[in-house]
Amino acid sequence: MKAFTYQRTDSTAQAAAAAVQPGAKIIAGGTNLLDLMKLQVETPSNLVDINRLPLDKTEETPDGGLRIGALVRNSDLAADPRVRQRYGVLSRALLAGASAQLRNKATTGGNLLQRTRCYYFYDITKPCNKRNPGSGCAALAGFNRIHAILGASEHCIATHPSDMAVAMRALDAKVETVNRHGETKVIPIAEFYRLPGDTPEIETSLKPGEIITAVTLPPPPPGVQVYRKVRDRASYAFALVSVAAIVDSTRGRIRSARLAFGGLAHRPWRVAQAEQRLVNAAANTTTLNSAADAVLEGARGFGGNDFKVPLTRRTLHSVLAETTRT
Amino acid sequence: MEMNSPVGPNALDRPGIVGKPLDRVDGPLKVTGGARYAYEMQQDSVLYGFVVEASIGKGRIKSIDTRAAEKAPGVALVLTHRNAPAQGTGNHREAHPVLTGPQVTRYGQPVAFVVAESFEQARAAAYLVDVKYDRSNGKYALRSNLNEACVPKPIDAPAADSAVGDFASAFAGAPVQLDVTYTTPLQSHAMMEPHATLAAWDGDKLTLHTANQMLNQGQRVIATTLKIPAENIRLISPFIGGGFGGKLWVNADAVLAAIASRQLKRPVKIALTRQQIFHVTTHRSDTIQRLRLGTDREGRILAIGHDVFSGNLPSEQTYEGAALQTRTLYAGPNRLTRHRLAPLDIPVASSMRAPGEAVGLMALECAMDELAEKLNLDPIELRIRNEPSEDPEKHIPYSSRHLIPCMQEGARRFGWDKRNPKPGQLRDGRWLLGIGMAAATRGNPLLLSKANVRLDPDGTCTVRMAMTDIGTGTYTILAQIAAEMLGLPTERVRVELGDTSFPQAAGSGGSWGAGSSGSALFEACNALCEKLARTAGMDSATATFANGSIASGEQSRKLTDLVGAGMEADGEIRPGSNNKEFSQQSYGAHFAEVGVDEDTGEVRLRRMLGVFTAGRVLNAKTARSQAIGGMAFGVGAALQEAMALDPRFGLFVNHDLAEYHVPVHADIPAIDAIFLDELDDRSNPLKSKGIGELGICGAGASIANAVYNACGVRIRDYPITLDKLLSGLPVRT
Repeated sequence: MKAFTYQRTDSTAQAAAAAVQPGAKIIAGGTNLLDLMKLQVETPSNLVDINRLPLDKTEETPDGGLRIGALVRNSDLAADPRVRQRYGVLSRALLAGASAQLRNKATTGGNLLQRTRCYYFYDITKPCNKRNPGSGCAALAGFNRIHAILGASEHCIATHPSDMAVAMRALDAKVETVNRHGETKVIPIAEFYRLPGDTPEIETSLKPGEIITAVTLPPPPPGVQVYRKVRDRASYAFALVSVAAIVDSTRGRIRSARLAFGGLAHRPWRVAQAEQRLVNAAANTTTLNSAADAVLEGARGFGGNDFKVPLTRRTLHSVLAETTRT
Repeated sequence: MEMNSPVGPNALDRPGIVGKPLDRVDGPLKVTGGARYAYEMQQDSVLYGFVVEASIGKGRIKSIDTRAAEKAPGVALVLTHRNAPAQGTGNHREAHPVLTGPQVTRYGQPVAFVVAESFEQARAAAYLVDVKYDRSNGKYALRSNLNEACVPKPIDAPAADSAVGDFASAFAGAPVQLDVTYTTPLQSHAMMEPHATLAAWDGDKLTLHTANQMLNQGQRVIATTLKIPAENIRLISPFIGGGFGGKLWVNADAVLAAIASRQLKRPVKIALTRQQIFHVTTHRSDTIQRLRLGTDREGRILAIGHDVFSGNLPSEQTYEGAALQTRTLYAGPNRLTRHRLAPLDIPVASSMRAPGEAVGLMALECAMDELAEKLNLDPIELRIRNEPSEDPEKHIPYSSRHLIPCMQEGARRFGWDKRNPKPGQLRDGRWLLGIGMAAATRGNPLLLSKANVRLDPDGTCTVRMAMTDIGTGTYTILAQIAAEMLGLPTERVRVELGDTSFPQAAGSGGSWGAGSSGSALFEACNALCEKLARTAGMDSATATFANGSIASGEQSRKLTDLVGAGMEADGEIRPGSNNKEFSQQSYGAHFAEVGVDEDTGEVRLRRMLGVFTAGRVLNAKTARSQAIGGMAFGVGAALQEAMALDPRFGLFVNHDLAEYHVPVHADIPAIDAIFLDELDDRSNPLKSKGIGELGICGAGASIANAVYNACGVRIRDYPITLDKLLSGLPVRT
């Protein structure tokens, strides 16, 4: 860990002004950033602490949705009765992530911005285009069991590790931001994350100094909400594949379905065509295969993660069977 | 005392405190932070060290630029091979020289050691050390280097090969044959407390507060390495946060701290980071194991063969003895076991909890399950049919062996009769359910140990020995033994361990700790009892000790009136001919029920039971904790644990606890362990046998067998992760 200065901020404008400076980094829960600093993957010269900003409330929105402050802790959000009642997929996704201790500390904004868990990204002696652009990708021909099968590039095959973001993707959440000029922006989560392409170091559409202030959820869509996380142990393991599903069906006929996937790509993965194929369709094998085909279009394994292709298909079948059972 | 004959009836045979489920005597210290571990020891003017690891697997340091690090704030010293002293050499059990030259023989080898006024300064400066390497091609993967494997010749382990009868002909002619190959992965101990040392010199005397399981051994290794007399070295380690073999030997933390402290004339402390532990310290080798079992039509073994490959540095002879238990567990006239060791350029492979059996039984006990299915026999019945009447290779009797009662009692309690031998027949929603069993066995060694016991006029008994308690409950069982022998409440017994200035002890490892240290204390207490009886003018043969008094006939005297200014005695236990004349093992049987998600292939343990016999149980609570801890270890070995080797670099890729998976609480549902009554009078004066590793032995195999019973997919490549199961599960289209 490199020596750094520390600055506590009292207003978002002040935080945004500090964060735009070269070498500055915002810290909230710090559950990922501090690890990265110890390994010198991140080497900020100034830490801007935003924990005192008044962004820790969850409020109802006029349209019947929720506005979640960027500093609402993952544990609090998962336990919020409004989330539990109306956005079960989000509550379950949050509780499927990390450990109780980490969830107590981790924030909504920080969770969105956590970095990949690619082993090589964490090891500064190894090539990694995300950490050190132009150095290469050690995962491509390395141990890549946890890596992406969709949307990857020859420069980076990392995945985004968040569970929360996958549920938010299914819920069509919007990310609210502010910059140092006080200008606010609303970014649909579909446009928030980028694919790696040839700039895997740029992970979101946030501009330098732009701070997340809240995440808004539109009113809950109709249907059963499920978060299925497939992983190597029962807790404290990142998703090999996860599915946030909101499925409205009756007597085995699907009216509408939303499906977002984690563990597959550099961002939560959602394919409109897959969902369209399920609209007004019987929940039978043919339909589900067709939806799975759409989800997996262009899927490609890199050796260690080849299994994610059949696993995704099987998990999708399983989740749709579960959500259309009645 | 030397164990050359059976121990007769003794004081521990009467009902008393030994065996009771006494809470850990050090429990309050541990939960209040009063138990201080090596890194928590503090001294004035202490400096902090941080290791710089080699980032290549094999090659040579071309240049090493330490100037920026030396100029960094707070830095007192940057040690490299250029300014490190010459050190003694040997294999990893004999010496641990560091920074010996520009050669890099393994990934993570320390190439520099930065010492600074604070940990943070040392760490920051460590990143400024600029090392350039000439990389050469290393041999990293076991599977790719089998053609270079040789017969290992360790000086302190059983011979690599054994043969009885004519295996080849007997196997070829056997009516029923099984020939299967199992593989187990590289594993890391992943104990809770990282390796840590605080080193300080006083003239030519060195004191090391260090996390080490075997202090007397460590003292010798440090002496050899630093080329100083052993008597000038004191190791202190009263509390150790787990070891599992990872702290059996001296590691780089101790030697680096000692060298830096000597150069700087100030105390130096170091803790390896979690990430560093994976490469800087030892690990368990991966194995490739071929099992060949030939039986008659009734399932009686005619030929049993077990071939094992493991790997280690070319300078090491330690092999993973995965076939050792195959020499003794089942009957059969024709037998062959062979271990081969491939020279690899990866970190040192060494002992990890139940070296040999832990992974050997994961192969043998699954092969037995496969064989039972082939023979259409119940797996327990198959084992009963192959129960030997004597050790089948040594042709000596067992000191005690109750494997069959363990299996039968476990079967009864677990509901084994409800198992459908046909896989895939039971389900709970999308979960396919199955149950499996496996036998457990682990050798029962006894090592030289000495103890001192002292009774003071205030009624306090003090026990001293250079024994360690790595979290197993040693403090507690020793307090129970002394309390029982001297007729004192355990609160009056103070056990002081973890200091080489105390009498030499075996340390904690190989399941020998309780038996060896407890027997030495038993002997010391016997000696003290005799002294007390003599002082009281009583016959020690008839004197009894209770309630702080000695009594004989009508006579009774308070012990505090007899000890003067304090009375003490020494005791000693030595292994003797009993080890050679009797085959000594602990035994048990594991039963596991798992669910396999038929869609995703996820495996989750549902319940598990271990039934064991291990001689006298010294503390029912700590013994059970040891057993279920071992079983949890087995869950990890079966389903999760594996270091992933990147053969391009010789690197263990997943070197942290987020990605090196061991079971978490949610993976361990209701598991239970029970011990059946047994006394082994050939083992040691306590009549106990080792339990520290028994719980892991066979545990993983019972889970693997349950997975097969659940879904009909036999995975012979551990761990059984979902990606391996998927292709065998029914297609959902």
